[in-house]
Amino acid sequence: MRREDDIADKLDWVAVLLYIVMVGMGWLNIYAAVYDESVNQTIWDLSLNSGRQLIFIAASFIIILIIVIIDVRFYETFAYLFFGVILLVLILVPFIGKEVGGNKAWLGVGSFGVQPSEFAKFITAMAVARFIGSVGFRMDYLRNQFILFVMIGIPMALILLQKDTGTALVFTSFVLVFYREGLSPFILVVGIIAVVIFILTLLIPNQLYLHGAIAVVLIVLIVSGKRKLSGIVLLTVGALLISGVIESVDYVITDVLKPHQQNRIKALINPDADPLGYGWNVTQSKIAIGSGGLVGKGFLEGTQTKFDFVPEQSTDFIFCTIGEEHGWIGSLIVIAIFVALLLRVIFIAERQKSRFARAYGYSVASIFFFHFAVNIGMTIGLFPVIGIPLPFFSYGGSSLWGFTILLFVLLKQDAHRSQMLQRV
Amino acid sequence: MNEYRKEILQGVFVLVGLVFLIKLFSIQVLDNRYAEMAEGNAILRQVEYPFRGLIYDRNNKLIVYNTPEYDIEVIIKDIKKFDSLKFCEVFGISRVELRRKFKEMKARKEYSPYKPTLFIDQLSNIDFARVQDQMDEFSGFYIQARTTRAYSSSALANALGYVSEINKNQLENDKTKIYKQGDYIGQSGVEAFYEEQLRGKRGIRFKLRDVKGIEKGSFNDGKYDTLSVPGQNLVTGIDIDLQLYGEFLMQGKSGSIVAIEPSSGEVMALVSGPSYDPTLLTGKNYSTNFKLINSDSLKPLFNRPLMAQYRPGSIFKIAQAMTALQEKVITPDTRIRCDRSIISCHGAHSNEDLRGAIANSCNPYFRDVLRRMLNKGVVNDPYEDTRIGLEEWNSHLTSFGFGRRLGIDLPNEKGGLMPSPAYYDRAYNNRPWKFSNIYSIAIGEGENLVVPIQMANFAATIANRGYFYTPHLVKSIGDDGNPLPQYVQRHYTSIDSSYFVVAADAMQQVVAEGTGQYRAKLADVIVCGKTGTVENAPPLFDHSVFIAFAPRDNPRIAISVYVEDAGQGARAAASIASLMIEKYLFGQTKRPHIEQYVLNNKFE
Repeated sequence: MRREDDIADKLDWVAVLLYIVMVGMGWLNIYAAVYDESVNQTIWDLSLNSGRQLIFIAASFIIILIIVIIDVRFYETFAYLFFGVILLVLILVPFIGKEVGGNKAWLGVGSFGVQPSEFAKFITAMAVARFIGSVGFRMDYLRNQFILFVMIGIPMALILLQKDTGTALVFTSFVLVFYREGLSPFILVVGIIAVVIFILTLLIPNQLYLHGAIAVVLIVLIVSGKRKLSGIVLLTVGALLISGVIESVDYVITDVLKPHQQNRIKALINPDADPLGYGWNVTQSKIAIGSGGLVGKGFLEGTQTKFDFVPEQSTDFIFCTIGEEHGWIGSLIVIAIFVALLLRVIFIAERQKSRFARAYGYSVASIFFFHFAVNIGMTIGLFPVIGIPLPFFSYGGSSLWGFTILLFVLLKQDAHRSQMLQRV
Repeated sequence: MNEYRKEILQGVFVLVGLVFLIKLFSIQVLDNRYAEMAEGNAILRQVEYPFRGLIYDRNNKLIVYNTPEYDIEVIIKDIKKFDSLKFCEVFGISRVELRRKFKEMKARKEYSPYKPTLFIDQLSNIDFARVQDQMDEFSGFYIQARTTRAYSSSALANALGYVSEINKNQLENDKTKIYKQGDYIGQSGVEAFYEEQLRGKRGIRFKLRDVKGIEKGSFNDGKYDTLSVPGQNLVTGIDIDLQLYGEFLMQGKSGSIVAIEPSSGEVMALVSGPSYDPTLLTGKNYSTNFKLINSDSLKPLFNRPLMAQYRPGSIFKIAQAMTALQEKVITPDTRIRCDRSIISCHGAHSNEDLRGAIANSCNPYFRDVLRRMLNKGVVNDPYEDTRIGLEEWNSHLTSFGFGRRLGIDLPNEKGGLMPSPAYYDRAYNNRPWKFSNIYSIAIGEGENLVVPIQMANFAATIANRGYFYTPHLVKSIGDDGNPLPQYVQRHYTSIDSSYFVVAADAMQQVVAEGTGQYRAKLADVIVCGKTGTVENAPPLFDHSVFIAFAPRDNPRIAISVYVEDAGQGARAAASIASLMIEKYLFGQTKRPHIEQYVLNNKFE
């Protein structure tokens, strides 16, 4: 007993509190999303998502207990083993998985299914952290960078094979961890520029303008500074590369992306082009959130989400319910809580003594951030519709457990941070 | 450097949160559009069913048109107070029925309480008028208008076909993805063949409703609405008066009449007896009536002009004669002794030339004609020689359109059969066969099979002295007024035109002084025809067959008539054919006694 008291003292209660608040708010909003006034069903009803979510939440507390009890060294020690196992499972899922909504990403256990890809996130986080935490690791070795990108690339590719593009994209968030651990910002900047150019190309239909702008910038750069010949050549090559990227965007859009993915990107740029077709999700989601006003319509009073105008309202589009029923103030509170949690996780990560724990902490922050940014971004029309859940809010056992494990493994590490010091 | 990285990441997190809050502020607080849209949201998606194309006859008389019909749809979510007693009273259904309808609806796979779902289908016009005023008392229930087929007469049922709700199989096999459950589709006849032209395009209107479900105009001023596009109208070559007269003459009989305009290939009458009233297969009672009609022992849904395959009988002798002339094994003056020891014959004649043989339908003559054709002595082996001859024979007859589907614009056409060497190899299990085994095809018996439409086409080909247009019903589609391209091409037979003149002369002689003289001869016009009596398995009577065209020069009508189990071709079939010709050329018959003969005689 003595030992558990110890743990209770050392646990970061700010993070735990934020966690409990988020899960609770999520649960209420799930009920609001599926609420049907003509049917007399309470929030506890097991035929509703809210009732089932309560079971998931209860299970999460058991998971938390287990995480807290298990020895702190367990996670680092078995990180690679788990990583191997999850890769194997991901390879097998397309063959033994059951099909849900066109994606074969579920492993069935009775009527409950679990999504291995949800757990792949935290296991990859452990493995990446272990590699970064290994003795003599240096980020500026090209070999190490290569290994890290392979480590996130393999699960990403396997999940892409399950056609779960959203979850696969989550793995790109590890780049933030690498950046924190010393990866040159150059890669990050190049990535961001590529995305910006990609979106600009979509926004500006006539690509000649873009090429023209690049040419102008190139000339200004060459003329303005007294540059050596090699510099000029480098700049010119760079400009040509960018022009090439622009040309390739069209190809990517029409030939590489599947029609439903093309539509999502088109919906982002101009949802009004087809508000009843591919723009439906974004249009309806924006109508729901936008109609919330400053203070919202009140709990269970949202007509848009309640009457099925918004699709996937208890899972990926749960933020619509918040926005509609609780207005801008409600959204502000949720976003504030999220940012608070993200900052708290970084704070915790930074106070770790071991590199493993710190890298793991940053992985947690990055994954949460990606979900937060993309999920809310898509509901308000800032990102294309990518089906990933809002951590702790969206309905679903696998995702809730996955995020819970992510967070609490970090909190466990954190509780033992002084021991870690002794070990090193 | 690493210290800054932490701050940069923290900054990014906060920045994204701020961007979200600003964007949220703009859509939630600053922009009122979304609140308005939400109020009006419930955009109601209303399908506007297109008018199916109309069908006309050759004189622009309307044959098939549309009448409105109303379905009652319900959006369960929109039902506020529901007075079930009143509902039952207004719609004339019992409470048990009402409960069953709700149950059925909820059991349907696509059911959703938020979407309009079919509740009562096909209210008639009269019901609708009664119900319309009281609709506002039943919130959540809506009227969906669409149209059903209506017919100006009971004629032409089999050729027109019918329209009914698309079935599960058709829906699954529909690669165009145009159809949705509950849509109507042409199931047979012209309705099925010209489905693409007739169906038109569905329109969709997006309407806004307030909380009470009352319509508040169109969404975004109708920017996204699409109007329904009516289907294309079809003008057929059918002469509806001639068709009606044909059906009148065929009443109580099984068989078919096919009349074709030789100069265009347009089908002017396509009678299948027995028939049914096409109105029976529309609207509410479709399924009960379909079961009844489909189980009738006389098979009213069996489209005899295209689907019934008969042996051709003596009519075929004309084709044999032309083939033999083309192969130069006889001339029109060739005389052959009527040797009845090999094959039976009828009438008093003994040694006729070709015209006489056709006029008297001399069996021994044509048996020998076929022998000369099949056994030309190209090789010494009689088996091989027959094989070579039959190959030539088959290719000539196929050029008339026999033994293959002609390609009329109706589904389910049969092709008949013209035996080829390969056919007899199969029939004789690869044992040898020669002329003496197969000569019954010489007189149109044996293995040959023809379809009435082929015989009418044959008459048209002789009328044209050597070519035909593929028979077709529809002569003009939509506004551009052309038939399908395959119906404007001439098809020439492999027989020289001059031999058709011989055939026409012979047919003229048949009607003037041969087997057709008693009932097919007309006073005001030269009719060319040929009788046929197709053997039937006793105790059934033979089938009565007649083909003809008229006038002899510049013919305007070619016709084939089949009357099943009615005995000699010179009786029922010849009478009907000549009456049809009279009706078409002069508007009415001058020979009421022949009409009475056809109507009253049981031909037994």
